[in-house]
Amino acid sequence: MNTLQKVRFVGKPLVFLLCLLPAALVVGDALGITGQLSANPVEDILDRFGNWAIRLIMITLAVTPLRQITGWNWLTRFRRMLGLLTFFYALMHFLTWLLLDRGLAVDPAFEWAAILEDLTERPFITIGFAALLLLTAMAVTSTNGMRRRMRRAWDKLHYSVYAVGVLGVWHYWWQVKKDTSDAWIYAVILAALLGYRIWKKARH
Amino acid sequence: MLIKKPADIRPSEITSEQNYVNRRDFIRAGSIAGASVLAGTAFGAVVPEGERAKLPDVGKSPFSTIEAPNSHEDVTTYNNYYEFGTGKEDPYRNAGQFDARPWSITVDGHAGKTGTFHFEDFMKPFDLEERIYRMRCVEAWSMVIPWVGISLADVVKHFQPTSNAKYVAFETLNDPVRMPGQRRRVLEWPYREGLTIAEATHPLAILAVGVYGESLPNQNGAPIRLVVPWKYGFKGIKGIVRISFTEERPPVSWNIAAANEYGFYANVNPDVDHPRWSQASERAIGGGLFAPRKPTQMFNGYGEQVAHLYDGLDLRKNF
Repeated sequence: MNTLQKVRFVGKPLVFLLCLLPAALVVGDALGITGQLSANPVEDILDRFGNWAIRLIMITLAVTPLRQITGWNWLTRFRRMLGLLTFFYALMHFLTWLLLDRGLAVDPAFEWAAILEDLTERPFITIGFAALLLLTAMAVTSTNGMRRRMRRAWDKLHYSVYAVGVLGVWHYWWQVKKDTSDAWIYAVILAALLGYRIWKKARH
Repeated sequence: MLIKKPADIRPSEITSEQNYVNRRDFIRAGSIAGASVLAGTAFGAVVPEGERAKLPDVGKSPFSTIEAPNSHEDVTTYNNYYEFGTGKEDPYRNAGQFDARPWSITVDGHAGKTGTFHFEDFMKPFDLEERIYRMRCVEAWSMVIPWVGISLADVVKHFQPTSNAKYVAFETLNDPVRMPGQRRRVLEWPYREGLTIAEATHPLAILAVGVYGESLPNQNGAPIRLVVPWKYGFKGIKGIVRISFTEERPPVSWNIAAANEYGFYANVNPDVDHPRWSQASERAIGGGLFAPRKPTQMFNGYGEQVAHLYDGLDLRKNF
């Protein structure tokens, strides 16, 4: 096998399965097979999907710098898949919130008005939702055909991945009650990933 | 550490199988015997985790809710106690090594009786009662907890506050060696809380020393903590080492940390949102994955008993 075949038939399936493992563990814990959810299972699931969405956006944003530093150009081939996995975790985070926490699926007294209020009056929810909308737009246009058809507009839209990184960390930061140490770690990583690009651009 | 070789252990030192089998009874009997020496309190013996002392002579109370309490597991594995970490399961994970004995409590300020008391002596004058209370956390989750405690009003009366005593202030132990969470300055240590004297003498307020009929687990605030069921949970200061009667309103930890988010009163109020999230509803712990949130009640459902304490006070400003 040449490098491209290795990426396609070994690397990508492996990374794909690895990245779905956290989701499988959530399901496994919920069913009591792999472990247990906490005493507050809905919050537990919400946090786990959200955390993996943040981790995956960081990993996605790390691909290009890593490629440029190492010269391993085949790394680019993982970028779309990692972006789609980020979208998957962000979507699961959102659906857990909407269906279980806010109760669309379980609460007879559920009201859309309350969702609208949360989206408009809780700034940390507003920015999290904005990040999800951007991810959705990128996911929908992620096919080769769409890329061809959209030409320059595609590049512009997909630059918003940087905005998603910023909004994601901000969303995380803002909902923490007091201990922002984990949010700091993500902010520093994001600053390094974006800082690298600015530095690279400034050098040219 | 001195590790004895087999030859150094005399046969008389080896626990007989009979005694080994009965060791739990032995510990329990020891704690009860210790308790009777200490005039009716159950705090004589240091009891290792997993061998908590059953508290004797616990009376029932008409203030208890008839709602079903959360499981022992819920109550002891999911809570906030930043002295042992900021995660909700951190207190359970990190408080196991903590030894709440010996323990003393200093009473000072505008009171007739002041001084520093051994915990066991501090407890002597008071009767134990079970109080099954709703607990509403400011993070919008809630539990029902079967506390065992003493009336805070009785405690206040016992120390004879003077007319200058307008507030009662509480302080947690400050010991980063024993409380690993204090090695980071997430909050200003020691944790501090306070009540008006009217709140502190309200019959619903208690100092809890147990839960589920047994002495308080470390992670829940051993050996003694405050419980004020109509206020958000963070008012329930844990591991209390100082009680002060003050004329001025005492500074309180979460208000120091973020004055725009946490007020001095911190009464449960579904109409006054936290600046970042709604307080209109809460997630009842123990409902599982598919239980809907439930509406939060004014004063956590204790309005009939406590609303009069706040007559004429604008609860939006004094949140």
